[in-house]
Amino acid sequence: MSRYVIRRLLIAVPVIFGISLVLFTILALAPGDPFEELATNPNVPPEVRQNLRAKFGLDDPLPVRYARWLTSMVRGDWGFSFVSRVNVDTLIMQRLPTSLFVLGSAQLLGLLIALPIGTYSALRPYSVFDQLATTLAFIGFSLPTFFTGLIFILVFSLWLDWLPFIYRADIAATGWRWWWEHARQAAMPVAVLGLFQGATLTRFVRSAVIDVFRLDYVNTARAKGLSEGVTVVKHVIRNALIPVVTLVALQIPGIFTGAVITEQIFRIPGIGSLLISSILANDTPVIMAITFVFSCLVVIFNLVADLLYGWLDPRIAYR
Amino acid sequence: MEERELRALIDQVRAGGLSRRAFVQMMVGLGLTAPLAAQMLASAGVAHAQAKSAYTPTKPGGGGPLKVLWWQSPTLLNPHFATGTKDQDGSRIFYEPLAAFDPDGNLVPILAAEIPSIQNGAVAKDGKSITWKLKKNVVWHDGKPFTADDIVFNWEYAADPATAATTISSYKDIARIDKLDSHTVKLTFKNPTPFWADGFCGYRGMIIPKHVFEAFKGAKSREAPANVKPVGTGPYKYVDFKPGDIVRGELNSTYHMPNRPHFDTIEMKGGGDAVSAGRAVVQTAEYDYAWNMQVEEEIMRRMEQGGRGKFETAPGGNIEHIQCNQTDPNKEVDGERSSVKAPHPFLTDPAVRQALNLLVDRASVQEEIYGRGGQATANFLNSPPKYVSKNTRWEFNVDKANQVLDAAGWKRGADGIRAKGDKKLKMVYQTSINAPRQKTQAIVKQAAAKAGIELELKSVTASVFFSSDAANPDIYARFSTDLQMYTTTQASPDPQTFMEQFASWEVAAKDNKYQGRNITRWRNDEYDKLFRAAETELDPVKRAALFIKMNDMVIQNVVVIPVIFRNKVQAVSSRLRGHEISGWDNDTANLFNWFKA
Repeated sequence: MSRYVIRRLLIAVPVIFGISLVLFTILALAPGDPFEELATNPNVPPEVRQNLRAKFGLDDPLPVRYARWLTSMVRGDWGFSFVSRVNVDTLIMQRLPTSLFVLGSAQLLGLLIALPIGTYSALRPYSVFDQLATTLAFIGFSLPTFFTGLIFILVFSLWLDWLPFIYRADIAATGWRWWWEHARQAAMPVAVLGLFQGATLTRFVRSAVIDVFRLDYVNTARAKGLSEGVTVVKHVIRNALIPVVTLVALQIPGIFTGAVITEQIFRIPGIGSLLISSILANDTPVIMAITFVFSCLVVIFNLVADLLYGWLDPRIAYR
Repeated sequence: MEERELRALIDQVRAGGLSRRAFVQMMVGLGLTAPLAAQMLASAGVAHAQAKSAYTPTKPGGGGPLKVLWWQSPTLLNPHFATGTKDQDGSRIFYEPLAAFDPDGNLVPILAAEIPSIQNGAVAKDGKSITWKLKKNVVWHDGKPFTADDIVFNWEYAADPATAATTISSYKDIARIDKLDSHTVKLTFKNPTPFWADGFCGYRGMIIPKHVFEAFKGAKSREAPANVKPVGTGPYKYVDFKPGDIVRGELNSTYHMPNRPHFDTIEMKGGGDAVSAGRAVVQTAEYDYAWNMQVEEEIMRRMEQGGRGKFETAPGGNIEHIQCNQTDPNKEVDGERSSVKAPHPFLTDPAVRQALNLLVDRASVQEEIYGRGGQATANFLNSPPKYVSKNTRWEFNVDKANQVLDAAGWKRGADGIRAKGDKKLKMVYQTSINAPRQKTQAIVKQAAAKAGIELELKSVTASVFFSSDAANPDIYARFSTDLQMYTTTQASPDPQTFMEQFASWEVAAKDNKYQGRNITRWRNDEYDKLFRAAETELDPVKRAALFIKMNDMVIQNVVVIPVIFRNKVQAVSSRLRGHEISGWDNDTANLFNWFKA
């Protein structure tokens, strides 16, 4: 087992190295530069831009820039943003809590919807409830979040005037008011993301439970006189959850990058909106940092998912 | 318009026969900037009555929070590093210049005790120096006094190329600054400077404190903690700043203007898009003010029905225009397309450019696309119609375009496209990707087809089109097509930098990595001479006459086809008062006067 983990970690090193090389090259080849706004402003002499490019090392050849980025990254220095001139780690730390809160709550909401509905649908397949849940789930994951987001704003903010549609990370209030304001502003984005997640997971839970439900040990459990409730909770759900847990584990890195579109619609100052504005501004150090951390998380959580398999199902062996 | 006529008009203003505002608008219509027009009046001794502010609160504070939306949010708060208006607007909450520009281009003292003029002796007759008297009893947010040393420092800081300040052009032509006493400075320019209100005024003139930034001059400028934690003299003090997200401030209790500011806190929230920012102000009233509303007229009208807010406009200097390439984009000379060595096969024919000018239906573009966001224009700006001479008035006339082309010998071929010899009137017309621009392209294309000109439309992603990547053939500066359209900004209060974009030494070429600003590659000796004359002309009226002549040359030769003069549009809550938005300064320039009814 530990040999397996070590081997996987060693494989991960060249993978992450390769990813960083590809990312860096693509960003370097992409058109545009972070000071283009200065280029179109007649009041800024071109020397200022050239000066800045030289100062920030943008004129050096690509391999030199990559080597410099890699060595400082290894030393834990993430560089600074060309646009705001603030250190990249500071920028990310400013945004991370918001993203974690919104996406974490959404993920939780998704699970809270998916588990009971998925299980109940599976226990009574093709019943009215199941048909209804299936239809809603299909609608849920066919509607893109930017669409549901706009519909929510239209209904809850513009027509009913109940909820604000602009998210503020720092609310100037304390105590209960702070909680209340946060709940109000987070309601729509969390609902939009959570319902989408929930719809996908519901289908997943349903099919997993149906698969397990037909197995012999479930019949055995019933035959030895266990009540239906105990059978479902202890024998069916627990086993059906194996694939669900791995799926959720694989989705965790996604929480880090935030939900780009939803964050844009509700002006949530999360990692996703930082990423998109950095891409638009050609702010290479920030884009590199976010995408690189994301790829590391994907690699790591893939490993975690594989290990979870073994822990949940001892029949899987590692070699 | 000749110098003589200009002087007659100024006399009319003095005698009260013509209003100040009408005069300024007229000059702007002739291609000048409002600040230059105001300077003409000032030099002629027409006093500018200090407009009485409508500010009614009788004590500072008590206004609760002020919440404003900037859909492109500030990324840094050092005015000398500002890359766009968003950064300047954000910095302006905390920092102030010596004087600001009001909507008519007049200078209004902020940190200065008075505006220098020839009358009060503060402007030297030879145009080589001016003297600024500073307001006394102004303190920085940290309690230190604001003095002449801060002025000297800002010049040293910004003019040092190692600092890489974006404001360098406003300060590098100052030869030296002498501190006459603790609150008086004398600026000496390298050359006679007709327009001296560039450095220390308006959005490029915000002043940072010496004692905070002294250690971070030159190469170390990036490391200053105050780049994101401003210490200024402005109406609000720094509380919190998250780049790209939010700027927060609180009332400055030591502010130098009485009873100001009105709000206890200010919050500038960023991100999202213009339309939803407009909604948050005009429909749901979650916010009080939103900047730069690039929203279609129909949507604006629908939002305004609720009555919680409205969209207001302020004229400035943004011109959406079509450029005619004077060089051949399809011929490569020494590895360069659109080289001055290869003249354009047919756009050099005045008749073709004349016809194109007649084929731009500016009225439709304005009504259907820009609405109150713009005005159709023949010049660099639209003036009251009675002052616009007949020969510069724009016209949409397909028949006339046909006649012009017929007369010039362009015959329709079997496919309906005009040709002369082996040259066919087929052109590529490019612009950046932006819904109003694509709609404008379609309107022009349709009209051109009726006159036997085939336009092939091309649109380039904005981030590529406006980039400075000399290796990319699609950037606007390389101009690899026959026609192209974008907005050029008369950003500076003085038109000189703006008009330089038609001077022959500014031609964008491979040799200068396409950093020359003359994109059309039009070259004209007479224009060059006029420009050189304007550079050193000290009499503002003579100088204005020169600029007007230059503008006329560009328009009459159809070097460019002005389409729409774009207004600044902002969404304003119906309770907000005192915000007099100036097209020549930041939206937040008079934040100290904002209050809520």
